[in-house]
Amino acid sequence: MPEPLLSVRDLVVEFPTRRGVLRAIDKVSFDIAEGEVLGMVGESGAGKSITGAAIIGLIEPPGRIAGGEIRLKGERIDSLSPETMRRVRGRRIGMVFQDPLTSLNPLYTVAQQLIETIRTHLDVSDKEARARAVALLDRVGIPAAARRIDDYPHHFSGGMRQRVVIALALCAEPELVIADEPTTALDVSVQAQIIDVLKEICAERGASVMLITHDMGVIAETADRVAVLYAGRLAEIGPVRDVIQAAEHPYTQGLMGSIPTLAQEHDRLVQIPGSMPRLNAIPPGCAFNPRCEQAFERCFRDRPEPLPRGGGRQVACWLYDRAGVAHG
Amino acid sequence: MAEPLLKVEGLTRYFDVSKPWLNRVIEREAKQWLTATADVSFEIARGETFALVGESGSGKSTIAKMIVGLLEPSAGRIVFDGQEMDFASGREMRALRKRFQMIFQDPFASLNPRWRVGDIIAEPIRTFGLMSGAEVGREVGRLLEVVGLGAADALKFPHEFSGGQRQRIAIARALSSKPEFIVCDEPTSALDVSVQAQILNLMRDLQDEFGLTYLLISHDLSVVRHMSNRIGVLYLGRLVEIADGRKLFSDPGHPYSRMLLDAVPDLTLSGRRRRQVEGEIPNPIDPPPGCAFHPRCPHAFDRCRAEIPQPKRRGTGEVACFAVEEGKI
Ligand SMILES: Nc1ncnc2c1ncn2[C@@H]1O[C@H](COP(=O)(O)OP(=O)(O)O)[C@@H](O)[C@H]1O
Ligand SMILES: Nc1ncnc2c1ncn2[C@@H]1O[C@H](COP(=O)(O)OP(=O)(O)O)[C@@H](O)[C@H]1O
Ligand code: SF4
Ligand code: SF4
Ligand SMILES: [Mg+2]
Ligand SMILES: [Mg+2]
Repeated sequence: MPEPLLSVRDLVVEFPTRRGVLRAIDKVSFDIAEGEVLGMVGESGAGKSITGAAIIGLIEPPGRIAGGEIRLKGERIDSLSPETMRRVRGRRIGMVFQDPLTSLNPLYTVAQQLIETIRTHLDVSDKEARARAVALLDRVGIPAAARRIDDYPHHFSGGMRQRVVIALALCAEPELVIADEPTTALDVSVQAQIIDVLKEICAERGASVMLITHDMGVIAETADRVAVLYAGRLAEIGPVRDVIQAAEHPYTQGLMGSIPTLAQEHDRLVQIPGSMPRLNAIPPGCAFNPRCEQAFERCFRDRPEPLPRGGGRQVACWLYDRAGVAHG
Repeated sequence: MAEPLLKVEGLTRYFDVSKPWLNRVIEREAKQWLTATADVSFEIARGETFALVGESGSGKSTIAKMIVGLLEPSAGRIVFDGQEMDFASGREMRALRKRFQMIFQDPFASLNPRWRVGDIIAEPIRTFGLMSGAEVGREVGRLLEVVGLGAADALKFPHEFSGGQRQRIAIARALSSKPEFIVCDEPTSALDVSVQAQILNLMRDLQDEFGLTYLLISHDLSVVRHMSNRIGVLYLGRLVEIADGRKLFSDPGHPYSRMLLDAVPDLTLSGRRRRQVEGEIPNPIDPPPGCAFHPRCPHAFDRCRAEIPQPKRRGTGEVACFAVEEGKI
């Protein structure tokens, strides 16, 4: 098997607080292959953004990576100096956030920001950088790009701004793009356009994507594989079609059933009782056990690790550990 | 058809969005008006769920606020159970207010953080003088249980609850004056899907149990489809289509309804190739003339740029579109 582009192993992220250390990410492992789109879903607080922030070295102190490793093309990037990490960001990993204004500086024109980013990371002339920037803006769907490039961010609508951010994330030709809820703030009709652009342009350039979202529909249409996070742990990971059509983890099953769809009529939606625990109240054993209808004795005692299920799938649930059930 | 519980006719609301007077004088600018809701008419039958769907800024919340009496219409009438709402008469409004309630998107903002949950829920009971003394406490406990919480929760404060539980509290409060009609403005938009499912199921159970009528407002087509008997689609403050729930999804009439449906991500992985969605919502202060959807509409023709289309019958619903009216699509 070829080496993955990104490899995350046993990642642990902790936040020290006055009332003790909170573990926001608890031994999460996954890979992203070259050219692959990995979706990451979960409810709010599941740890999606923190996972993304850990990869790009943007966990805010006193939060810290307290364990595990992150490798980009085999090379560790979780313990680089801030200066080196800054170069990895931008050059090798591009970022798109929910609010385009976190990525854009309101005081500079779009041209200034794109050209500066291109020239920081690539060895090209000013003229060449500008030509590239215009071509990229045109590609992401900014009408009259050659003229609009000299406008300031606030001259663009929300959807257009997010297109500019996508151009900015891709202008240094990164290998990986991390998009954290890139369409959550946008209306559905604009959301579809942005997802299409992001998907197409990354595919053209062979960039891998880690797409973080709480919207399973967006994942279904965009990702190759999907990782489901719950309370800072990986519940299930596998090819999108398998996970969506035949979820195995009881949490994923409940999640899928709870989403109303346009295709079918449901009398009642599947209901998972309760809500995800806060970080200071995660129960021992399986984090999902208070809400799980299938929980049994072992679930309250031991924590399930992701078990390989064939076809590139892993599920962290004792129901699938035959040996364990036999012994337990 | 029996007399509708709620009838809205020509509902219109403008907002003054002018710059401050001095700036206007210096910059020689005229007053600026934004039309949040224009000429909206619909009826809601007793016991049904009528939904308004539209993207942000389409005027959904403005309509909701006018219907519950929080905002005065610039024009148009609202008739509740045969009685026209008269915003000038405080006494009449108060009597009507008891019969309808509202649930908002953000259950944190709508619950007073300094009040105990019991007092929050009891407030409408006390305001309308429905009960007194120990009876109130018993009723609050009962309502908490109806929405899936416990009577003991009455002593706690809102911040002690999760988002979903807070929305349950808001629902208990809305139920406390025994209303017939509840306006729900994006009731689950701030919640995670698994919690959303709990709240949507609860809303349906309560509707069955108490014979409630709902006006459900949402930007989420899947939620609307799951919950509603009939649906109105809004674009830039105007109703462009009204249709039976099922019909809207199997056979949308208005080009904008079609575009919205095409834009919803497909969870069933049917491999359906969606049509490319064009453009964005224009600025409501300066909307396009004629049909406001014409710059984005694949079927637009000359007439669309000159006249505003009026709702015309289509099957059991209504569509406001010249291409549909003239049989072009
Ligand atoms: N600076 C911080 N201090 C303490 N806890 C934090 C901090 N940032 C995030 N967390 C916690 O980490 C968990 C994961 O957060 P996040 O990754 O943002 O979730 P999401 O899946 O919604 O993106 C949450 O419980 C959140 O409260
Ligand atoms: N108090 C107000 N003053 C000025 N403009 C307003 C006010 N309330 C709403 N609007 C405008 O009216 C339009 C409709 O708003 P709203 O009813 O909140 O839409 P929705 O709920 O569909 O998102 C928007 O353009 C909004 O900016
Ligand atoms: S490990 Fe046990 S509690 Fe956890 S999801 Fe599986 S069955 Fe449920
Ligand atoms: S009236 Fe004209 S522009 Fe408006 S939706 Fe119909 S065809 Fe399109
Ligand atoms: Mg997040
Ligand atoms: Mg609103």
